[in-house]
Amino acid sequence: MSQKSLTIALAGNPNSGKTTIFNNITGTRQKVGNWPGVTVEKKEGIVSKYGYELKIIDLPGTYSLTPFSIEEIVARDFVLDECPDVVIDIIDASNLERSLYLATQLREIDCKVLFALNMADVARTRGIKIDADKLSELLDLPIVFTIGNKSEGIDELLKKAIELAESDVDTSGKRKVKYNKDIENSISKLRSFIEKNSEISLPYKTRWTIIKLLENDKIVRERVLQKVGDQGRNVIQEVQIHRELLADRFNDDPEIVMTDERYGFIAGILKEVFTTITKQRIDISRNIDLVLTNRFIGFPVFIFFIWAMFQLTFSLGVYPMEWLDTGVNWFSVSLDGLLPDSLLKDLLINGVIAGVGSVIVFLPNILILFFCIALFEDTGYMSRAAFLMDRIMHLIGLHGKSFIPMLMGFGCSVPAIMATRTLESEKDRILTILITPFMSCSAKLPIYIVLTGIFFSAKAGNVIFCIYFAGIIIAILAGRLFRSTLLRGADAPFVMELPPYRVPMVKSLIIHMWDRSKMFLKKMGGVILIGSVVIWTLSAFPRNIQYSRDYIAEINSVRASYNTEIIAANGLDSQHIEKKLDAAIAELEMARKSEMMEKSYMGRIGKILAPVFAPLGIDWRGGVALLTGFVAKEIVVSTMGILYLAEGEGSNTLKNALLSSDMTPLSALAMMVFVLLYLPCIATVATIKQETGSFKWTLFSVTYSTLLAWVAAFCVYQGGKILGL
Amino acid sequence: MLLSEMKEGQTGIINRVGGKSALRRRVLEMGVLKGSEIYIEKYAPLKDPLELIVKGYHLSLRVEEAAQITVEDVK
Ligand SMILES: Nc1nc2c(ncn2[C@@H]2O[C@H](COP(=O)(O)OP(=O)(O)OP(=O)(O)O)[C@@H](O)[C@H]2O)c(=O)[nH]1
Ligand SMILES: [Mg+2]
Repeated sequence: MSQKSLTIALAGNPNSGKTTIFNNITGTRQKVGNWPGVTVEKKEGIVSKYGYELKIIDLPGTYSLTPFSIEEIVARDFVLDECPDVVIDIIDASNLERSLYLATQLREIDCKVLFALNMADVARTRGIKIDADKLSELLDLPIVFTIGNKSEGIDELLKKAIELAESDVDTSGKRKVKYNKDIENSISKLRSFIEKNSEISLPYKTRWTIIKLLENDKIVRERVLQKVGDQGRNVIQEVQIHRELLADRFNDDPEIVMTDERYGFIAGILKEVFTTITKQRIDISRNIDLVLTNRFIGFPVFIFFIWAMFQLTFSLGVYPMEWLDTGVNWFSVSLDGLLPDSLLKDLLINGVIAGVGSVIVFLPNILILFFCIALFEDTGYMSRAAFLMDRIMHLIGLHGKSFIPMLMGFGCSVPAIMATRTLESEKDRILTILITPFMSCSAKLPIYIVLTGIFFSAKAGNVIFCIYFAGIIIAILAGRLFRSTLLRGADAPFVMELPPYRVPMVKSLIIHMWDRSKMFLKKMGGVILIGSVVIWTLSAFPRNIQYSRDYIAEINSVRASYNTEIIAANGLDSQHIEKKLDAAIAELEMARKSEMMEKSYMGRIGKILAPVFAPLGIDWRGGVALLTGFVAKEIVVSTMGILYLAEGEGSNTLKNALLSSDMTPLSALAMMVFVLLYLPCIATVATIKQETGSFKWTLFSVTYSTLLAWVAAFCVYQGGKILGL
Repeated sequence: MLLSEMKEGQTGIINRVGGKSALRRRVLEMGVLKGSEIYIEKYAPLKDPLELIVKGYHLSLRVEEAAQITVEDVK
């Protein structure tokens, strides 16, 4: 027997714990964070429970059913268009009054609603008492107390939801907001106008549509015009007459009056169900904030946190990185001893291990970085960062909220770009999307560590910090420039909720790290592995190269001449001579390999690229490495590992290989600047396309960042040379 | 008195919320409407935006927007 399936949507204000409950029910690990606007897309999960197949939908948070930004539109559209069997309104019980605003609107659309009074623990510690029975009776709907992060009340919530879905209550008769006489009058007049005309079939329930039209909701108006056709225009006209009438009567827009009335209705309910014990207790969260957003130390602390994040990433990450590095080396050496010389061995050691192994060692650093970002997100500091930075962001014509995606960009650009959905103005969004890739993502970290470690050893930390800082400055300057040229206009107003600080859940942090590691390893086993094999293949073939010199003959003749020398020396100085012999052979070997590399397919590609990168002080291998970075930024290091290592005979570390190449500290710096700014990886480009919905913006983003990267690296290299560095 | 003129630690009752319609509605929907009591928690280090407590939660607004809101009974 197939199970009956039910659709249950989780709606509610931002940051009320919807995703926490969704994860609880479905066992998934969608992202949770203590700031409004974490979830920006709807997410589905299916579970079988109590004999039903439950399709659970996690929606982005929204303050009202008159949406303000795109992620709010997603939430409303789902509830309206897909008509889920039950809508669970997840309410932050410590924030009841404002949460009920959305609840009254959900009631108006006549769907089956059920309340989860989440964060019951927070409400309790704040001395808030909610008479749930009374509230349930007044609004005539089921109510369950829940504590999302401790999975309390979740089972009961589901049971009640199923019960509600199966009951055949008539929702239209339930208690709703009753507006004042004049508005109700207009509603009923409009209703009879619509019902009189049988041609009109509205896209949504009549009362709700009328209310939204009276509220001048643009989206609903357009849908009505679309769906109803000519008659729709008449309806809109009629509504307009009533809007004007009401505006005259109240001396204000009807939507404002209606908002007032809803809150009036809520106040009436609260009087009966809500009590607080106002013993003045210490509010820890407020005290923390007195320090963290303090007039004098707020900014220093903020800068310290960012500094500490990178400091931890590098200095703490160095130890496990070295262990991994030793492991990889050991593996490579033992494989070398175990396998007989063959093409396969070459592929394994010089392709796979050189490629994947050179990146995989950075897992600890990347994890630490993500851990720090997760701490910002889970404690609630993220919104404070936006609060602190708003003034500065405002100077460049952006929004404090834009700073949240930018901070996330230090981790990975893809979720960062998605996070721009919470920005209300389209221009703000595009602007933020254009500058977010300059916030150097974690995949670029290995490149910086490798290059600074080799060329700036003692000052490595400072150099990397400067690179990151340069990224932020360039993002701000670019933002300023675009704002005054391509994307003119004022930024949207800044209205943001500041959630209380919460202790991050250790479990969720660990899970987050685990997921990150899995993602990283998957990437290593996928793109990076394939990429490494491809690069190795291109650099190892063709096998039958026409060498310019006959290396084998030369080696033989060198050997022969030294041999006679050894015999002539008669054992006296043979050790010394043998050393010289080895050196001479190694030199020839190196020349041979270098020629082979240059004549390989990879070398031929490199030759084409070389003129582009020469002015930046980057040789053809570096150029090829940068090019492969389009696939994923980690692969830059893999490619360098394969290309430089293959040449440096005897030097089994990338470090020695790079040191013996033409690269200087200055050209390494130019390369890092280039990496910081140039085209984002393919996943990011796809996300930019998806989020801007425009091919033009995507192309623009890719070209301007690459051009900028080239110019900046050029200035660094040539400027540095002029300064005699 | 304008909301933007209030000092840290003062309370007041909202009298009127002005401004452009979309923002105005959002501010109202968030509970900043006539008759609500508000408390000015603090101003950001650079004096903008400000943080206030309304209906039991913390909300931040720019000074520019707060200048569209009038308050009475300021204490
Ligand atoms: N104390 C307490 N914290 C909770 C509870 N439920 C969720 N949280 C925390 O509240 C924060 C917000 O949770 P989310 O699940 O991300 O909220 P959301 O509603 O999905 O938020 P958006 O996606 O931004 O709309 C997280 O830090 C959770 O750990 C609860 O019952 N009690
Ligand atoms: Mg969520």
